[in-house]
Amino acid sequence: MRGYLRGSNSQRQPRTAIQVSWFETRGVAALLTMRDYPTLILRRREAPSRRMKARYFTNAGPPMAFYFVQFLTGLASAASLFLVASGLSIIFGVTRIVNFAHGAFYMLGAYVAFTLTERFAGALGFWGGIVAAALVVAVVGVLVEMVLLRRIYHAPELFQLLATFGLTLMVQDIVVMIWGPDDLLGRRAPGFKGAVDFFGQNIPSYDLFLIGLSPVVLGILWLLFQRTRWGVLVRAATQDRDMVAALGVNQKWLFTSVFALGVFLAALGGALQIPRDAVHHALDLRIIVEVFVVVVIGGLGSIIGAFVAAVLVSELNAFGILIFPKISIILVFLVMAVVLIVRPWGLFGKPEAAARRTPGLTVNPWRPLTSAERLMSVGALALAAMLPLFAGNYALTVGSEIAIFVIFAASLHFLMSVGGLASFGHAAYFGLGAYGVAFLAKAAGLPMIVSLLLGPVLGLLGAAVFGFFAVQLSGVYFAMLTLAFAQIVWSIAFQWVSVTGGDNGILGVWPDKWAAGPAAFYWLSLAIAAFAVVVLRVIVFSPFGFALRATRDSPLRSEAIGINGKRVQWTAFVIAGTVAGIGGALFAYLKGSVFPDSLGISLSVDALVMVLLGGVETVSGAVIGAIVFKAANIWLVSQTDLSKLVLGGFIVLMVVAFPKGIVGTLETIWNRRRSTEDKKSALATSRVEVAE
Amino acid sequence: MSMVPTLLKVEALSKSYGGVHAVRAVSFELRAGEILALIGPNGAGKSTCFDMLNGQNTPDSGRITLLGEDTIGRKPRAIWRLGVGRTFQITATFPTMTVRENVQVALVSYGRQLFNLWGSTAKFARDEAGRLLDLVGMGGYAERPCGELAYGDLKRLELAIALANQPRLLLMDEPTAGMAPRERIELMRLTARIAREQSIGVLFTEHDMDVVFEHADRILVLNRGSLIAEGSPEEVRGNPQVRAIYLGEGLVYDARHREGAGA
Repeated sequence: MRGYLRGSNSQRQPRTAIQVSWFETRGVAALLTMRDYPTLILRRREAPSRRMKARYFTNAGPPMAFYFVQFLTGLASAASLFLVASGLSIIFGVTRIVNFAHGAFYMLGAYVAFTLTERFAGALGFWGGIVAAALVVAVVGVLVEMVLLRRIYHAPELFQLLATFGLTLMVQDIVVMIWGPDDLLGRRAPGFKGAVDFFGQNIPSYDLFLIGLSPVVLGILWLLFQRTRWGVLVRAATQDRDMVAALGVNQKWLFTSVFALGVFLAALGGALQIPRDAVHHALDLRIIVEVFVVVVIGGLGSIIGAFVAAVLVSELNAFGILIFPKISIILVFLVMAVVLIVRPWGLFGKPEAAARRTPGLTVNPWRPLTSAERLMSVGALALAAMLPLFAGNYALTVGSEIAIFVIFAASLHFLMSVGGLASFGHAAYFGLGAYGVAFLAKAAGLPMIVSLLLGPVLGLLGAAVFGFFAVQLSGVYFAMLTLAFAQIVWSIAFQWVSVTGGDNGILGVWPDKWAAGPAAFYWLSLAIAAFAVVVLRVIVFSPFGFALRATRDSPLRSEAIGINGKRVQWTAFVIAGTVAGIGGALFAYLKGSVFPDSLGISLSVDALVMVLLGGVETVSGAVIGAIVFKAANIWLVSQTDLSKLVLGGFIVLMVVAFPKGIVGTLETIWNRRRSTEDKKSALATSRVEVAE
Repeated sequence: MSMVPTLLKVEALSKSYGGVHAVRAVSFELRAGEILALIGPNGAGKSTCFDMLNGQNTPDSGRITLLGEDTIGRKPRAIWRLGVGRTFQITATFPTMTVRENVQVALVSYGRQLFNLWGSTAKFARDEAGRLLDLVGMGGYAERPCGELAYGDLKRLELAIALANQPRLLLMDEPTAGMAPRERIELMRLTARIAREQSIGVLFTEHDMDVVFEHADRILVLNRGSLIAEGSPEEVRGNPQVRAIYLGEGLVYDARHREGAGA
């Protein structure tokens, strides 16, 4: 399965720089006292020329100077990160929206700046172009805020994250449409073209410029917030939006201007990267995951926090590569874990204000299926089981894939709607299950049945480790943390080539003979999917399921009746991760191979969209959503080159127009029809609104 | 009287925030079957006191002994396991469940079945839940979604939930806040009856002096973090310091009480 993030048309370079790593390979670069060398290897997939080698390997300096230069490189990398993270933080502080599209604005800033700096000559052309690019993108941001965000300020944060992610997808395709799929190498900054010699180590002077820039930006922001009337309003709104509105401040204008400033900072961060880095259409996801890590460590809403954490993360990157050359991300992960245990709201953050309604909290009290519904479900399953009688091999393969995604979506749905925990990185456990199978089948040579049973254990272990940290948080922090964890797992799969095969994946994971035929495999997938859904439903109605719902409904009350909410949620996380791992295990056999893709963000978001499409607040939503989404996705990819644009637009539309999803919308229509027939019964089934 | 065991013993409890002494060296005891009211003007330290008893807040110094166990540093859920039921000023229930399920969850927890993945909650302790709901007069609402209940009914449901672990002590934070006058009296009568029958100690905070003077066996008066009076309703009502703090609220009570008696 090639995610839509990657683009499926062959003109695009396959597996482009998104895999270069979420943290820049800058650490390695510095190790070799050059910057672009490994990036080029990974991105261009070609060996460096002899001239390049000669240029980059010759000057090895004394160790102390080397460490110092390494330190400076980290500081320079922190500049862009700080700009983008502070923008995200400012926007969150006032609007309470975690703007996933922030990475897209960063990328747009880089592209627009590329065009402008190419077009206008001279120092003025360059620096003017950088600033103009940030301004242009800020105007785009204002349009986005007015057209889209204003409609979803009061939606649950999950919907806001998804809508802005949809936007990100659209921008990815638009960028390729305008600037093409190839990497663009921008001009070097006038006046900062050379390098400064430091005991035989070269430091690009542009890096020094960036190092000086971030404290300046920090100071300007500080002055802006402390010394201007607008800044006072923003700080007041950050503390209490409603009070500021009650005092007669025009909220719309305030929100729009704050969003414009945040986008400006992101775009500036992107524009300033041109002299250091190639511009390409996967910049957005790379930066956004780094930024999420930064704000989780620094604390959402805190600019100082963004600054300190940006420096911390960049330095950890720069030095992590020296300690764990293969999997440098582990160091950042460890630091993030420690920060979360000691200060769950980040180094400079404050505890989140009372959480908004979690998705799933406005449901009718759940009930087991009636006997008629049960009969219908069995009938539908029997019908599905008859598919091999009249469908060809391709349809059966698609059918197997859909069944696998039903498992995946159902596991996420369980976590989201019953547990109230919207994970943005659920694919991690799906992918771990797939890798588990691949290790067992390829390395240990175990038979299929054993691998299928043991493979998901890797998903279970991953969910146990990451889930332990994730459930310490809630709301947007939970979403960002799960996303970051998933990206860490992805990076390990990508970087640890000797074990995982890296980008080339693990090939030749074929099913045993008994399950090799399309029909046999389809039946196997269908049976496991049905089993998984039934098991999850049983758990929903078990005492544990009720304890989980209790924790979601009222943490205060559940604690007061002896429920250890964190442990209950952790258990739910492990259950969901294990079931996802089962899906992943089957997926590995379906494809005969495993790639880092099956841990990627795009897959996590696919699952979220499936759940949302079916309806978060319904019991059967995940199943319907998975079937419709997967079928539509496969069809869409075969029909258009702009599948990301279409899918992104679709996500945005769905969040704004049909937040209840297919099943939820049908239920509403059904209820409305009944209410005209029988007002009294409609009253009894009316939606339960929760007063906080 | 000395034969009745002490449920709760609070000794020199103190807590301050920065320079503000929210609670200063507060000591009192509560016996089984006794109904004890904790009153005082806003900011007197009632809620801080309550949160420390409940485990949501940790005192700076002092001792809390509940059923012979030191509870300081224990989590609310651990204190619940010792036999403490609790209701909140603003009701905390599970809005997406039915009334019966709300009580069943508490019973599941009491029966240590929280991590039972396979059983059916619907069948779990169904009768026991029904009995508790009957006790608080909510038997007829068992299958109603909790989110649809009127506020007074939610308060009664909370009481049923609080009774699920067969508590020895009930902590009720403003149990009648936000209720209509008639509902208040009914709820407190119900609470008092259950407490006497099952020999449960009750500690409650309250702003409504009618409720306090009618139902409390003993009253503690807090002002600016310190305990300024303690005794029977009559003693407390006669205390000039208390009268001063409440600016003659006792008179208002008397007038209303006479009116009510005349009707």
